[in-house]
Amino acid sequence: MKLLEDLLVLDFSQFMAGPFAAMRLSDLGARVIKVERSEGGDASRGLTLSNLKVDGDSTVFHAMNRNKESYAANLKDPDDLRKVIRLIEQADVLIENFRPGTMAKFGLDYASVRELNPRLVYASITGYGAEGPWKDKPGQDLLVQALSGIPWLNGNADQPPVPFGLSVVDMFTSANTVQGILAALIRRGRTGEGGLVETSLMEAALDLQFEVLTTHLNDGGQLPQRSRISGAHAYLGAPYGIYATRDGYLALAMGSVVRLGELLGCEPLTRYPNPSSWFDERDEIKEILASHLRSRPTGEWLALLEPADYWCAEVRTMEEALGHEGVRELDIVIEVSRRNGAKLRTTRCPIRVDGQRLGNEVAAPSLGEDTAAVDREFGLAR
Amino acid sequence: MADKPLSGITVVDFSQFLSGPYTGLRLADLGARVVKIENPRGGDLCRRLYISNVEIEGDSSLFHAINRNKMSFCVDLKDERERLPLVRLLEKADVVIQNFRPGVIERLGFGYEDVRRINPRIVYGSISGYGTEGPLAEAPGQDLLVQSLTGLARLGEEDGEAPMAYGLAVADMSAGALLAEGILAALVRRSIAGQGALVEVSLLESTLDLMQEALADAPVGALAAKPDGLPAEAPVAGAAGAFRAESGPLPAERPDLAPAEMFRAESGSESAKAPDVAQAEIYRPESGFESVKAPDVAPAGIYRTGDSYIAIGRGAPLFALGRAIGWFDAEERVLAPAGSRAAQPGIRERLQSKFGERTTAEWLASIEQAGIPCSEVLDWPNLLKHDGFRALEMIQTVRRASGATLAALRCPIRIDGKRLTSATGSPGIGEHNTAILRELEGR
Repeated sequence: MKLLEDLLVLDFSQFMAGPFAAMRLSDLGARVIKVERSEGGDASRGLTLSNLKVDGDSTVFHAMNRNKESYAANLKDPDDLRKVIRLIEQADVLIENFRPGTMAKFGLDYASVRELNPRLVYASITGYGAEGPWKDKPGQDLLVQALSGIPWLNGNADQPPVPFGLSVVDMFTSANTVQGILAALIRRGRTGEGGLVETSLMEAALDLQFEVLTTHLNDGGQLPQRSRISGAHAYLGAPYGIYATRDGYLALAMGSVVRLGELLGCEPLTRYPNPSSWFDERDEIKEILASHLRSRPTGEWLALLEPADYWCAEVRTMEEALGHEGVRELDIVIEVSRRNGAKLRTTRCPIRVDGQRLGNEVAAPSLGEDTAAVDREFGLAR
Repeated sequence: MADKPLSGITVVDFSQFLSGPYTGLRLADLGARVVKIENPRGGDLCRRLYISNVEIEGDSSLFHAINRNKMSFCVDLKDERERLPLVRLLEKADVVIQNFRPGVIERLGFGYEDVRRINPRIVYGSISGYGTEGPLAEAPGQDLLVQSLTGLARLGEEDGEAPMAYGLAVADMSAGALLAEGILAALVRRSIAGQGALVEVSLLESTLDLMQEALADAPVGALAAKPDGLPAEAPVAGAAGAFRAESGPLPAERPDLAPAEMFRAESGSESAKAPDVAQAEIYRPESGFESVKAPDVAPAGIYRTGDSYIAIGRGAPLFALGRAIGWFDAEERVLAPAGSRAAQPGIRERLQSKFGERTTAEWLASIEQAGIPCSEVLDWPNLLKHDGFRALEMIQTVRRASGATLAALRCPIRIDGKRLTSATGSPGIGEHNTAILRELEGR
């Protein structure tokens, strides 16, 4: 199922937000050629925070670069630059995430490239936008989180601000970029002209908070108040949160505190009939609940709550989650191979089209793996 | 922008709460006309989902944030006569969005097959909690529950942290973002090949997608579940996480030093932009610590300072950080905590106690100068008055038909250098019935 068949994407980006966007386009059917510097390529090839490498490249690199070709070039070399420009002339999409101004140094900024290929959709990802006092700050997920206010929404009131442990901002920046590129391609179908799509990590971090930030902008500037215990959302009332049980953890989403008290046999909870008390006395209620839930194992609580359709779930570890029948049935894990036979397991694109899962068996390329073939195919070799 | 990228596209949106409506909002901001289909018994349930005492014209602030720039068409789907204009609207529509529990929209008669008969070119986007079949299909597709069932909430556990949910609806938003991607890709194909499509995503799969990085580092057992549902045998020594190198000629590489756990929590990426980013190289200690061969990286995270907090970025080299905060003297002899290597337990605590000695501004001055990624930690009031935030022009004022106004964020994407904004607020239930009916009648 190739929605984006025959589209050619040139991926100049590194690390996560850009490469992940390009990979999504590849999953959706586009052909992606990763243009990498000859020396070392995408810096994330060596970014082994877990010290795990497969076939010479980090696992994070593999995860973000499935099903791409690699074209190695030294943009400072006039011959290589000429070849890259000829590739750009034939491309539909270009993605880059260098610091503002870097592409311009090679004459590959949008204004220049547009002259060569007016149908090109050019996506540029920055940390904080191309202007303003933050433009030269390192565009790193955790730092963007720290500046955006996100860490004040996580954890409990007695904790310092807690950032997300995953690079969620990178991932959403990537999603925004894909959306912008596809929308521009739709417009190109109508007008014949390409366009410039710009996204940034900071704008993604703000968009992620749009619900609660909109509330803050209109409530006289009140600050989020994290729970004393079982904090899961600074703006939601009791019982919303994760609670320790005798043998594990139980998550409770929105629901009636009184009904919960009845189902769990926790009489003190039934003394909060007024829904506004679930907000105003959130932490008191959650403390009652927390001490009650510690007395029995998770399974017993679920057996009381699930038949009543109360919103609850066991809190699994990632291993437990992936081993669960409900997850395995989705076949989210795929096996990909490199040309040399190295096989890896990773997850597939989570979008299905016409009932078909998207995915194929092609692993991330080794550096420059396709340079010669691309030179031949596009007539770039002299 | 006169000609937004999706101008001319009509979206019929049956969805409620956040995931589907977030897709609709993005398509609206990109230029589509989005018509919410709402029931006469209160409409989208999100109108009454309060997270604060902010209520504007009877609707919650959440509803306003999610549904600005949309129209509302009120239809009782159980009333045959009322369904007729909806069918005619679907004939002219380009996209449908729905996020009911599996089977519900089919019972209402507006499943993909039904709508496709009405309009073969339709791109139909559907969000479920856990897929449409299998043992979880009927489970409630609620954000916190999905975070709990996927393991997201327990990712910090290896570092001794209690389970912690992400304080934002990342499962909903991830699914909504993915659905937008799938719908847009299908519209690209339709513009070339003329055919519509069914696009499906689930909260569960979208959340696992978000966990990509953690999965890449997962112990080998995690992705190799046995048919009985239990994780496979104990991880094989030297195996490469999720990416098990099974039969490749090159075995997985694993440096001897630097235990994996030291980076686990913050494993992930840097979005640094420059091609010269290989900081690990730049900061490789020239003297002292010659025994440290593996990456010598300080635990990333947020630390308390003398007056507030400081964030140290991922991949910050511990040696250079130690030098910048005065752990070493000019001869690079260790002045403070002996042998401060991230590999040693308690390094986070020791960094914490050091950071407590001075103010954030003082630390930033010395740490930034050393070229180490770091930043202050802003709360919203300080963010909103920061020049960096102001330069983004992220806030727009939206207006309802009644004249009521609301400050909202704009779409985070720019096209051709222009921000995508729209001054249209959220609709009242059925606010656009008259206009839409008139349009369908061709008047």
